[in-house]
Amino acid sequence: MNNPVAQGIADFLKQYPPFSSLAPADLFYIATQSKVVYLEKNQVLFRGGDATHPDFYIVKDGAVGLSLTSDAEETLIDKCDEGDILGLRPFFAKNDYLMTARAREESIIYGVPIAAFQTYVTQNPKVLEFLLESFASQTRNPYDKERSGKLLAENTVFSEQVADIQYFQPIKYTRNPITANPEDVLMFIAKTMANSAVGSVIIQQDQLPIGIITDKDLRSKIATGLFPITVEAREVMTTPVITVPENISVAEAQMIMLKHNVGHLCVTRDGTDNTPVTGIISEHDVVAAQANTPGVLLKQTRRATNNKELKYVREKLTDLIQNSIDKNIPISHISNIVAEINIALTRRAIELAVEKIGSLPPVRFVWVNIGSQGRKEQLLLTDQDNALVFEDVEAAQYDTVKRYFVELAGLVTESLNKVGYEFSPHNIMARNPQWCKSLTDWIKQYHTWINTPAEKGIEISTLFFDFDFIYGFPAIEDALTETIKQNIERNKKFFAFLANDTLKNPPPLGFFRQFLVEGDGEHKDSFDIKARALEPLIDAARLLALNQGITEVTNTYHRFKKLAEIEPQHTDLYDECAEAFNVLQHFRTEEGLINSSNGRYLNLNELSKTDKVKLKNCFQPISDVQDLIKNRFSLTYVS
Amino acid sequence: MAFEWLTGSNLPQFWKNYVALFDDDKEGQKRYVIFDMETTGLDWKEDVVLSIGAIGVAGNAIEVGDFLEVQIKQDRFTSQSIAMSGIIKDEQEKVVEAEGMIQFLNFIKDSILVGHNVNLDIEMVNQALKRLDLGRVKNPLMDTNVLYNKWKGFADDSQAPLDELCEALKIEKSDRHTAWGNAYTTALVFLKLKRKLRIA
Repeated sequence: MNNPVAQGIADFLKQYPPFSSLAPADLFYIATQSKVVYLEKNQVLFRGGDATHPDFYIVKDGAVGLSLTSDAEETLIDKCDEGDILGLRPFFAKNDYLMTARAREESIIYGVPIAAFQTYVTQNPKVLEFLLESFASQTRNPYDKERSGKLLAENTVFSEQVADIQYFQPIKYTRNPITANPEDVLMFIAKTMANSAVGSVIIQQDQLPIGIITDKDLRSKIATGLFPITVEAREVMTTPVITVPENISVAEAQMIMLKHNVGHLCVTRDGTDNTPVTGIISEHDVVAAQANTPGVLLKQTRRATNNKELKYVREKLTDLIQNSIDKNIPISHISNIVAEINIALTRRAIELAVEKIGSLPPVRFVWVNIGSQGRKEQLLLTDQDNALVFEDVEAAQYDTVKRYFVELAGLVTESLNKVGYEFSPHNIMARNPQWCKSLTDWIKQYHTWINTPAEKGIEISTLFFDFDFIYGFPAIEDALTETIKQNIERNKKFFAFLANDTLKNPPPLGFFRQFLVEGDGEHKDSFDIKARALEPLIDAARLLALNQGITEVTNTYHRFKKLAEIEPQHTDLYDECAEAFNVLQHFRTEEGLINSSNGRYLNLNELSKTDKVKLKNCFQPISDVQDLIKNRFSLTYVS
Repeated sequence: MAFEWLTGSNLPQFWKNYVALFDDDKEGQKRYVIFDMETTGLDWKEDVVLSIGAIGVAGNAIEVGDFLEVQIKQDRFTSQSIAMSGIIKDEQEKVVEAEGMIQFLNFIKDSILVGHNVNLDIEMVNQALKRLDLGRVKNPLMDTNVLYNKWKGFADDSQAPLDELCEALKIEKSDRHTAWGNAYTTALVFLKLKRKLRIA
């Protein structure tokens, strides 16, 4: 039927993706099914938590804001202008809207029924891809404050959006899955499933898939008593089984699962049920493929074959940190996870460097992370500090061996730098011949530091007491740790110097309890959270822990926790210090993520009043623990 | 003769159906039909309908598929109708006046009819129905001009052309030379006024 109104709408839609990839006749049909909706300024189209509408929307005129409500506060996430799409959620998720759509000005929007559009989605790969892409990017990180320019909020669509490459790569699935015959008895199938820890078994006849038995079938058909446990598979299997070809993407797999409302897809040679089964894709595979979970990142690290892939993992890790911070996951948990991945990254960088050199290390060695990496406290991309210890060798070989390791360390530090860890400003890296030496040399080095602590020496050496042996031969590690332990025991001179050094850090608060801010330079008037708050705690924890002979933990939080155990009379203070440290780390990490910096300088003007109070509350334990150090190490004379 | 009922005293089926729609009180969401007509002139006794455009509104939305466009064949030629026929494109099939009225009544059913200066247009329809020996249009009527005056606080009888409403309500004008274009524009006007005046 002739409908010039619909024609006008079709002409409008044609200009914008995903409609631009549809045929004119299809567009016309979609237009006849659509609605024209008027929104007054501030009128709400849908609210977060509302049941989803049967339509999704395209802005014709005006602008619609998408916002997220949390704690009764509405945060504008995105703005949709002419041609932008919103409200795609019902396509992909059966639950309610996540965000609130509110007209920012008077707007005319077109509502397109999802039911009418669905057919074109499944028929037209371009449309499908586009929708999934927009949806994927918003699920990936809907809270991302950092990329506000490119941010994809709830289902909005911008042409410049970045595709989540991973999402469109072939999905990894189980090849050669467990199968059974239709006449097999269910009990045995269930046993097989239990033994192999799988959630489904494909039932095949003449190698062709005819059905599937999943945990769900066992639950709903057997456990309920509907069928006896001796029933044949053919009686209870779900049929037909949804089949897909090999090499489908994560996106497609998810779409097909949603479409058929199933949790398993059977992979066959040509994608139909007329060819043999070659694999099975479970919902878990889909989740694992897109989630930036620590496990997946670890796996990706181990599989990385070059610096670029390692860098990608580190970028994903930043997303993970941001998400975890947003979700208020305790900072000590986040640190643990991040440390594990950082370690895996370094290990992989070492392995890749060995491959690159082309010959195996001449002797055994250990790679030591020191400083913040050694304490496993590195959340943001900061400097790399590391060292290398190799086994003792004959004097004649020493130079050759050392040359090998310096070259190796050169490659590793270079690749870590490419991943995003800046070179150490003081060149405290294994590629520096001074910090790449044999075990005996290292023992001598520690001996010097501990027994003849010169002012200059101490300054550098504190870093070396926060170490983490991350790669190599445990015996070297033990030998070194033992040396340190023996040398520091009851070594008053060493601890006096360390204590002195600890108390050198400027206190965070002035006499009137005002924040002490930087007086000049680039960071004038901002608060140096690293030097004034974190370092005093880090130094105090190191000093007190070493003094108690604790060498097995180097993490500041865990050092305080350990101290709280050992010294019951100071448990409260140490617990407060541990807590304060976490709060300060949180502040620094957030600051660093917002400004893509190392988070060292806080702009006090940008802090809310509650945040300022929270920050100030961390300072009391700092001054208390400093008093304790003064008394314990008889340093009352130190200002 | 194609329409035997014209001479007979029996009322035609479409009219019976139409009238029956008004028997019960309907619950639920109201359907509005916004329409406009091109006529041979402004004299409802002399002039006739050339074309009708109509579109449905439910809730706060125009239902794009709920659309009617009718072109009516003319046997009388006035200078106006000749001038108009130059504008109306001939791509659409034209129907005789009786068929046009059947299509119109079948489309509007028992909806609330909305138009700009609706009374003149309805009178044209009533005249056409009278020529078919039928009664008057039974639908409730709403006039965008009246709604506009109410919103603006103007006197009830103040006259404003559709263009002025578009201006005031910031509405982009669709094809203003056709009945459907005017009907669609009026529908947008109606949507806005409906919201502003909180009409259910």
